[in-house]
Amino acid sequence: MPRRFLVALKFVVFPACLVPLGLLVYRGFTNALGPDPVATITHTTGFCTLYLLLISLAITPVRRLSKHLAWLIRFRRMLGLFAFFYCTLHLFTWIWLYSNFDVHIMLHDIGKRPFITMGMLGWTLMLPLAATSTAWSIRKLGGKRWLMLHRLAYFAAIAGVIHYWWIVKTGVRTPWKVTVVLAVLLLARMVWTAMDAARRRKVAVAV
Amino acid sequence: MLIRKPSDIPSSEITAQADYMDRRKFMAGAAALGAAALGAERLSNIASPQQAVQADTKLTTIPSKYSTTGVTPTSFQDITTYNNFYEFGTEKSDPARNAWRLQTSPWSIKVDGLVKQKKTFDIDALMKLRPMEERVYRHRCVEAWSMVIPWAGYSLSEFIKACEPLSNARYVQFLSLDNPKEEPWIKSVDLHWPYSEGLRMDEAMNPLTLLTFGLYGQPLPKQDGAPVRVVLPWKYGFKSAKSIVEVRFVKDQPRTTWNESAPNEYGFYSNVNPNVDHPRWSQKYERVIGAPFWKARQPTLMFNGYGDQVASLYQGMDLRKNF
Repeated sequence: MPRRFLVALKFVVFPACLVPLGLLVYRGFTNALGPDPVATITHTTGFCTLYLLLISLAITPVRRLSKHLAWLIRFRRMLGLFAFFYCTLHLFTWIWLYSNFDVHIMLHDIGKRPFITMGMLGWTLMLPLAATSTAWSIRKLGGKRWLMLHRLAYFAAIAGVIHYWWIVKTGVRTPWKVTVVLAVLLLARMVWTAMDAARRRKVAVAV
Repeated sequence: MLIRKPSDIPSSEITAQADYMDRRKFMAGAAALGAAALGAERLSNIASPQQAVQADTKLTTIPSKYSTTGVTPTSFQDITTYNNFYEFGTEKSDPARNAWRLQTSPWSIKVDGLVKQKKTFDIDALMKLRPMEERVYRHRCVEAWSMVIPWAGYSLSEFIKACEPLSNARYVQFLSLDNPKEEPWIKSVDLHWPYSEGLRMDEAMNPLTLLTFGLYGQPLPKQDGAPVRVVLPWKYGFKSAKSIVEVRFVKDQPRTTWNESAPNEYGFYSNVNPNVDHPRWSQKYERVIGAPFWKARQPTLMFNGYGDQVASLYQGMDLRKNF
C-alpha cells in the first residue's frame, strides 16, 4: 500500500467517523432528532462507541488473514480514539441530559444501577488507552507493556456489550448481533494465541 | 392538580390543523398532494401510511370534567410515531410502520368470566354505548418518558355496568389481539401472549379509567391500539392494554404480561410513583416527548398528577411493596 494512498484514505476515514456526530448536530439545529431527542442522542453515541470499538478490535485479526492487509493497522488508533470520543459524548449525555450535572444523582445511579456501573467501567477502561495512544507512550512504556495495557480494549468492549444487554427489556434480543461479533473476535484472538504458542514450541524443539 | 373546568370546544376542533401539521407533516402532506395531483395516489399511500389514518372520519366528542387542563398536547405526529406496541416490533418507530397489518373491522369484544351472562359487543355498538368524551390525559411510560394525549372515549365503568359482572368478581382482565398473521412480531418477541393486563374492580370503576376509541378527535390509529383500548392516566403506560378482544371478570388477580416477564421490575399495580425507582433507572424525572432535548427533563408527579382522584384507592397500602 503506497504511503500516498494511506494518507488519502485517512482523509476519508477521519471525516467519515465524524458523520454521525455531524448528523446529530444538524438534526439538532433543524429540530429533527425525533420525538425523543434525548434517546436519539444517547442511542447514536452509544452505538457509535460499540461499532467503532468492535471495528478497531477487528483490525488485528483481519490483517493477519493476509500480509497485503498489514496496512490496516495504521487505522486502529484513529478508530479506537473515535470510539473513546463517542463514549465520552455518551457519558456526557448522561451527565447532562439525564442527571442535570447533579453529582448526587450520578453517584447514586453508579452505585445502584448495574447497567450504569458497567457503562462507567467501560469508559474508565478506555481512558488509559486513549491517554497512552501516542508513539511517545509506546516508547515510554515499552512495546510489550503497552500491548498488555491495550488488551483492556477487549474488556471495554465486553463491558459495553453487557451494558447494552442490561438496559434492554427482558425478552428483547437486539444486542445479539454485537455479542456475536465480539465473541468471534475474542475467539479469533484465542485461537491465534494458541497457534502462536504451538509454533513457538515447535521452534524451541527444532533449536 | 390541574383538573379544572374544561373548555367548551373539544381540541379536535381547535388543534386539528395547527398542531398536526408541524413542518414535517406539512412537507409530507405537500408531497402527498403533489403525488396525488400526478395521479399517483397509490405512491403517496406507500410513502406515508399515516396519511390514510388522518383522512379518517371524525368522532363526535363532548367536553369532560375529567379532562386535564393547563397542559399542551403532544403533536399528533409524535403520538402516532413513537409507540410501544411489541406485537408490531420493539423499536418505537416500528408500530407506525407495521400496524397497517391489523384488521380492525369487523371487531368485537368478548365478555366472559364472572358475569350474569356471557356477551359479545360489536365495535360499532360499543362506540355508541355512551356519548364519547374528549379527555386530555398525561401519559407516563415506565421507561421515563411522557406525553399529553387528547383521548376520545367514555368511562370504562359504563361498559362494565353493561357487562353485568357478578358480585364476586374482584378483578377485571383485558386481553389484546393475539394473531401472528397480523402481528408477526408475536413470534419473535419473548413474552407470554396474548398481551394481558388487569385491574382491581375499584380501579376499573374509577371514572378516570377510560374505554378509548380515538385520539385528537378521530378513531385510534392502529399503532395506538385500534379500535378499542383502555387508558389509565395514573399508571405506567403498559397497564393501558391496546386492541382489546376479550374482557374477563375474575376472582383472583389475573396474570399481567410485563409482570410475568420481570416481576421485580413491573408490579401488578404499576402506579406512577416518583419515590419507587425502577430497578434499572430512576422514576423521579421524565423526558417530555416533543420537547427540545435541553428542556425535556421534568419531575414526575405522584400518581402522574391524578392523586386527588385515585389516591384513596390505595389508602393503607404500602406502595413500595405494592409497586
